Amino acid sequence: MGKHVGEQSIKYDKPPQIIATATVVGPKEGEGPLARYFDKILPDVKIDSDTWESAESGLAKQGVELAVAKAGLNLADIQYIFAGDLLNQGIGSTYGIRSLERPYFGLFAACSTIGEAMTLGGAFVDGGFAERIVVAVSSHFCAAEKTFRFPLGMGNQRTPTSSWTVTGDGAYVIQQHDASKQSPAIVGSTAGKIVDFGIKDLTNMGAAMAPAAADTIIRHFEDFNTRPSDYDMIITGDLGHYGYELLKKLLADKGFDITGNSTDCGIEIFDKEQQDTHAGGSGPACSAITLAAYFLPKLQRGEIKRVLFVPTGALMNATSAAQGETIPCIAHAVVIESGVREKH
Amino acid sequence: MDNSEYSKRKYHQMVDRVSPRSNILVNSFKAFCSGGAICAFGQALSNFFVTQGATKENAGIFASVSLIFITILLTGLGVFSKIGKHCGAGTFVPITGFANAMASPAIEYKSEGLVLGMAAKMFTVAGPVIVYGTLTSILVGLVYYFVK
Repeated sequence: MGKHVGEQSIKYDKPPQIIATATVVGPKEGEGPLARYFDKILPDVKIDSDTWESAESGLAKQGVELAVAKAGLNLADIQYIFAGDLLNQGIGSTYGIRSLERPYFGLFAACSTIGEAMTLGGAFVDGGFAERIVVAVSSHFCAAEKTFRFPLGMGNQRTPTSSWTVTGDGAYVIQQHDASKQSPAIVGSTAGKIVDFGIKDLTNMGAAMAPAAADTIIRHFEDFNTRPSDYDMIITGDLGHYGYELLKKLLADKGFDITGNSTDCGIEIFDKEQQDTHAGGSGPACSAITLAAYFLPKLQRGEIKRVLFVPTGALMNATSAAQGETIPCIAHAVVIESGVREKH
Repeated sequence: MDNSEYSKRKYHQMVDRVSPRSNILVNSFKAFCSGGAICAFGQALSNFFVTQGATKENAGIFASVSLIFITILLTGLGVFSKIGKHCGAGTFVPITGFANAMASPAIEYKSEGLVLGMAAKMFTVAGPVIVYGTLTSILVGLVYYFVK
């Protein structure tokens, strides 16, 4: 079983392995720079549904089913599903996987939910409480706009710092460590605290979330006694172009330089100029599909050995925002290592 | 992270430096041109209806109804939001904005039913305009009555 490290971290004893992933995305994501890495690009955001919410549920279902199929397993082999999304009461996930008939834990940490799911799911697997689980998150641009902003058809202008919610689902099959396999493994996690620096601007989520990311990353370095250079890549979730700049400044103020070996999934997933996405991608699926489609294969092949994955989430809702509350944020960090061993 | 009020204040300054703002000059210019064009188009419509034998007052009403119809049609076709993205206040301030503000939630919330969805949510954006518009007109009416 793993152990508690430092103040907020877990080190897994027998690191749970990610044996398969699935990425199902919408058409806009399928036109972006990462298009060729995704498993399935859907031609239409409606996804054979009458409503945006059930469209997202469709994504959630397809993601889990595809991940399980890619692992060469049946749903019956999956003991638990840990999943979450942005919609009220988590209906994106629950309505999607209700027909799958697997034990389910619904999670919410906004756009950092995949980090929470990997941490809790990883602990579950490492602790021997499950052999095999699925962790998954989804988001849908239209459903998120409806939940948090304006009706789609409204002719208003988006500010330069606003982000574009990713339509997609990222699902991961995680299983108990098997030394004979070379799959990437979750070796440690740092759970984030809720950090609120008083940002109220719903169209500048990157600025709201950057302090939470910085807080978790610094805590991670202290708990594991590591430095930025110990990671081939530090990958934040959906800070976007401006939030990522702020994160680098916040970390530099504390003496950590991540300039050369870091990026943000919100920056990677869209082409800012071509796709008119302003600050970048956001939403739970943003980090989950970017990690699964783009970075995990690199870990799988051993091209990179160790990444610090830090999905970020803003924990407000439309009511709290209307009541003038500030935006509390959170970031969960997960260390994933390549299973490819050096040849001697 | 240092959670003190001082560091939060410092962070807000940093956010202001890093975050780009909307280009007010360009946006105002676009709004001026597009808003003006819509109003000119409305006037042209009004003149047209006069040539067709409508009274001046009725021609104005027909012009408004035409603009509302065109806006709602374009909203339904998903075109209006693309225009509004560039025109901003230019399309939002004239009667076109009001029509769009009612049509877009009506379309969006149709999935929740015709009563509690479409009809109720139709006023989420336009409702405040109606409430405060009515209030203001009452105030102006009172001032007019006593000051005249």
